[in-house]
Amino acid sequence: MRPGRRHLLLSLAAGALFVVALALGDQFLDSFQLRVSSLCAIYVVLALSLNLVNGFTGLFSLGHAGFMAVGAYTCALLTMTPEQKEMNFFLAPVVPWLAHLSIPFLPALVAAGLVAALIGFLVGAPALRLKDDYLAIATLGFAEIIRVVLTNTQTLTNGALGLKGLPMYATTWVVWPCAALSVAFMVFLTRSSYGRAMKAVRDDEIAAGAMGVDVFRVKVVSFTVSSFMAGVGGALLGHLLTTIDPKMFTFMLTFNILLVVVLGGIGSITGSVIAAIGVTILMEVLRFLDGPLNFGLFETEARPGLRMVVFSLLLMAVVLFRQRGLMGNREFSWSMFSRAGLARREDGRA
Amino acid sequence: MLRTENVTMKFGGLTAVSELSLEIGKNEIVGLIGPNGAGKTTAFNCITGVNAPTSGKVIFQGEEITGLPRHQVTRRGIARTFQNIRLFRELSVLENVLVGCHLQLRANLFEATLHLPGYRRRDREARAFAMSLLEEVGLAADAGEPAVSLPYGKQRRLEIARALATRPSLLLLDEPAAGMNPQESVELMHFIRRIRDQFGLSILLIEHHMQFVMGICQKLWVLEYGVTIARGDPAAIRRDPKVIEAYLGVE
Repeated sequence: MRPGRRHLLLSLAAGALFVVALALGDQFLDSFQLRVSSLCAIYVVLALSLNLVNGFTGLFSLGHAGFMAVGAYTCALLTMTPEQKEMNFFLAPVVPWLAHLSIPFLPALVAAGLVAALIGFLVGAPALRLKDDYLAIATLGFAEIIRVVLTNTQTLTNGALGLKGLPMYATTWVVWPCAALSVAFMVFLTRSSYGRAMKAVRDDEIAAGAMGVDVFRVKVVSFTVSSFMAGVGGALLGHLLTTIDPKMFTFMLTFNILLVVVLGGIGSITGSVIAAIGVTILMEVLRFLDGPLNFGLFETEARPGLRMVVFSLLLMAVVLFRQRGLMGNREFSWSMFSRAGLARREDGRA
Repeated sequence: MLRTENVTMKFGGLTAVSELSLEIGKNEIVGLIGPNGAGKTTAFNCITGVNAPTSGKVIFQGEEITGLPRHQVTRRGIARTFQNIRLFRELSVLENVLVGCHLQLRANLFEATLHLPGYRRRDREARAFAMSLLEEVGLAADAGEPAVSLPYGKQRRLEIARALATRPSLLLLDEPAAGMNPQESVELMHFIRRIRDQFGLSILLIEHHMQFVMGICQKLWVLEYGVTIARGDPAAIRRDPKVIEAYLGVE
């Protein structure tokens, strides 16, 4: 069998296995585990979207929480029923044109992405003239502006009170297909000429321009697409937690996603997926660290936030010993196994 | 083909290039020489849109291209290489050349991502073209290697292949023979002549290697402190007292 065909079959088998695993998980996991699983999928979407700008296009952007907030609010306001809106907006009534608007979840999810993409475009078009740390500061600033605007538009977003009682739409069969779609999109994009142009811009802007690549346009497109994905991720997160407020979308959220991208490997889709799942699970597994710790002889007080120290240590270890993260910029492929000698039988030698 | 009219480039108080008026005809190989810091690379940058000149005009094939963005200049048929090699480090040798084919692929984000049939056909053509260029420069065997892993001489040739991939009519080479031994630079000379004939190119090059310049160029411009101190055919330049004093040294 040709390797190409064999790999295709292997991929199809892996895909089928993945669907079966989802079905089994959906059936047998308890609600807490399911929540963690959904959170994993959402982090995959978010990590990939940040990796698109930071890893593949080489733009140091820290504005992700802002675009997630835009997506989360858009989707929430579009899906909530008029009664829910009335209950939420008790300080000041919601703007009339939104009061009776209520659409199904999937179109609202797409709308969330589109609005986030629009904001991303409006932010990116001026900010992408900057480079490196200047761009990071500018995007960070824009994200904060978005948050402040959300806090202060009482009749549109319910301000600091946030929105409560969103319908729990982010089920396994919504979030994991979104994650799979994001992975597929990124794989096809990075293998295409457009993805190549992005990597060229990352490696050398001047040379990319000299090759006829419209550097600024590539940057804006990358930033806009990434905002779309961040908006979708934010919307999914909102509908998983069923409550959103502006305080959720601070820099800390961007930092968490950045952590995933750096640990997984900047510029690796595989790395982002593995790290998104690993970090999300670890965040929950290590939750006991935040409570009182019993060492047998003595007991410590509860120290909320102690588990984050583990991630700080992990990040330091990566910076010291494995600068390029788990995967570097390499990707998973089936031939990895044959190279490692695990698939010797298929080569017909055994 | 290419004409610059009194191109001047000032960086603050420093005039890097002053009133440069170049002229390159079809299929000509023209050299730009001068001591370090004479403004040769700045002149290249003004032509290719890396810097917009402070004053003066750049005219290419009868059309003014002064101050156009880099990719627009390339789109009109001017390609270049860089003095301090600028390859796409993390891409493979083949991918580097494919980036040069970007213009021919004419794909937008969705066409490319979805691998639509039109895109696939153009992608196949681009790959075949890129491979033929790699064969041309003797790098076909290294197609899958990461660009950074190539030795210096091969990196230079890869840069030329990448520039050719944009299907230029004018090729600008910034010190193509830098770091090459005499044997290699002779080979490079033949190579440059060959690609000129094969692709119908005009070539403008910067080079310090005098044997190389004299051997290949039909016309020379000599810069010193941004000012054109001489122009003409190699034989005349070699005898020009001003050039000898500024650059070549007394024999």
